[in-house]
Amino acid sequence: MTTTAPVITYALPKRRHPVVAFTVAQPLGAIAFVVIVVMIGAGIFAPWVAPYDPVALDFGAMLAPPSFEHWFGTDAFGRDIFSRVIYGARTALTIGFLSSFVGCTLGAALGVASAYFGGRIDLVTQGFVDVILSFPLIVLALVVVAMLGKFVVGGVDLNLILAIAIPILPKVERVIRAAALSVREMPYVDAARAAGYSNMRIIFRHMSPNVAAPYLIMLTAYIAQAILLEASLSFLGLGVTEPTPAWGLMLSGNASDFYREAPWMILFPGLAISFAVFAFNLFGDSLRDWFDPRFKT
Amino acid sequence: MLSYLANRTLMMVPTLFGVAVLIFFLLRVVPGDIVEVKLRGDGGTVTAETLEAERKRMGLDKPLPAQFVDWMTGMATFDFGKSMWTDRPVSEEIAARLELSIEVAIIATLIAVLIAIPMGTLSALFHDTWIDYAIRLFTIAGLAVPSFWLGMLVILSLLSFFNWLPPITYTPIYVDPVANLSQLIWPAAAVGYRYAAVVARMVRSSIIEVMKEDYIRTARAKGVYERLVVTRHAMRNALLPAITVIGLEFAFLIGGLVVTEQVFNLNGIGKLFVQAVSRNDFTLIQTMVMLIASIFIAVNLLVDVLYAALDPRIRY
Repeated sequence: MTTTAPVITYALPKRRHPVVAFTVAQPLGAIAFVVIVVMIGAGIFAPWVAPYDPVALDFGAMLAPPSFEHWFGTDAFGRDIFSRVIYGARTALTIGFLSSFVGCTLGAALGVASAYFGGRIDLVTQGFVDVILSFPLIVLALVVVAMLGKFVVGGVDLNLILAIAIPILPKVERVIRAAALSVREMPYVDAARAAGYSNMRIIFRHMSPNVAAPYLIMLTAYIAQAILLEASLSFLGLGVTEPTPAWGLMLSGNASDFYREAPWMILFPGLAISFAVFAFNLFGDSLRDWFDPRFKT
Repeated sequence: MLSYLANRTLMMVPTLFGVAVLIFFLLRVVPGDIVEVKLRGDGGTVTAETLEAERKRMGLDKPLPAQFVDWMTGMATFDFGKSMWTDRPVSEEIAARLELSIEVAIIATLIAVLIAIPMGTLSALFHDTWIDYAIRLFTIAGLAVPSFWLGMLVILSLLSFFNWLPPITYTPIYVDPVANLSQLIWPAAAVGYRYAAVVARMVRSSIIEVMKEDYIRTARAKGVYERLVVTRHAMRNALLPAITVIGLEFAFLIGGLVVTEQVFNLNGIGKLFVQAVSRNDFTLIQTMVMLIASIFIAVNLLVDVLYAALDPRIRY
């Protein structure tokens, strides 16, 4: 009798594609991501998606209720609200992303530098951050927008982006500084310093990559805040101006004169803002839980 | 404790000074001033001398540092100057509207706390059940819905279901509480929803955290009723972090009602601020910013002190 040694098979742990793994662990986050992709797609391909020209007036169809021709109805100038909401996604996403990017990047750079240098530089930076933090978001944005006026480059108002980015900056700075303080104590930072690398190199090559996770999480979460702030400023008439289609702007002006006659004028743009903010919030939350549940933005 | 208080109060001074410097120079970096807007606004022709005289009257002809010193010394003696637009004292302009804004903020806080604490607690105690999911959906939606849009929806529903609109003129609560509340409860509810969402999320996560503590296990082990475990042991500890959020949001509301006041046509601080900004009324803007920032910082301090008072483990 010969005995054959049993064949031992090792079951390799199944390694899922990170996208699949994320979807399984954070189904809500995945849904939110799909919503975001759809919005970005709608924004980019707006000329093909939107059935009408968003600024074309049609006095024959003023205040038309939602119908087969005009899904979301028309406004007081006969402009198609569905098309304007689609084009509005373009405005909201551009300004939302750029402001969040500027605010988070400057905040992160300041936070890492402040943690790395410590001492007097840290003290001055924290003082500055405290000053900016003592304004409510909207008050600061209002002042900046009103004082700087408009500075439009390529159809985007850079001063508006700055106005939205400035209130974001100190909040990001605080979180990144705290993360960077623990990174600074890591042996590899000592090693880099011992190797004689410059401060700039240590900050950008050694410390920054290690605070990338909270940075990315905040970048997503603050897009939501930026979209909300842009809508508020546009609503007050201090953000995006006519005739550019923007959600906040669509709610202002004569929309409130037609509460009774044309409630769709205020219904759909508001829904668009809510969905966008909801999606980015949810995706940011899931991203945070995915990377590390300890991060709190 | 006293030395801590004194220390913290002193620490407010450099921050507020920073705010003052920032706002003062931010307002003046851009050329063009209120005098031109005010006098040329109607398209009339005004001679250069008239403009110059008006500037002199407002003290705008002095160099910037001198203007800054004037403003600082004025503030130190509680003389905030006159509105450049209406010529009424800034303090009067603000005082007339502060009452309304504070009342809305207080009602919103009450609404938020009344909704948020039971909701957050339920969500935590039943976490990962359908109750929790429903509440979380409700709160995360609260973070997404812009409060000014919610305000518009409120007006829309009042109009179409009851054919009624809130009164437009403000009546102080001590004169006619019914008229007062029927005007202010709606904007308060509109901002209260977001506020409640923020607080409920905080309450939920801190109760989940606290329920894992040893003293909860001890309380259960010695046979304390579950109801008492939750109310006496868990909630008392879990509500501390909620106080921070409540305080911060309250401070934010004093100046942050800007858009909601516009929707409900309320004559509060926020609306005054938008007016001041669109008219380049520097004296009014800078004083309001100082006021809002002071309230913000003071509430923060108050929250920290309250924290120590409520939690015997924290001593300064």
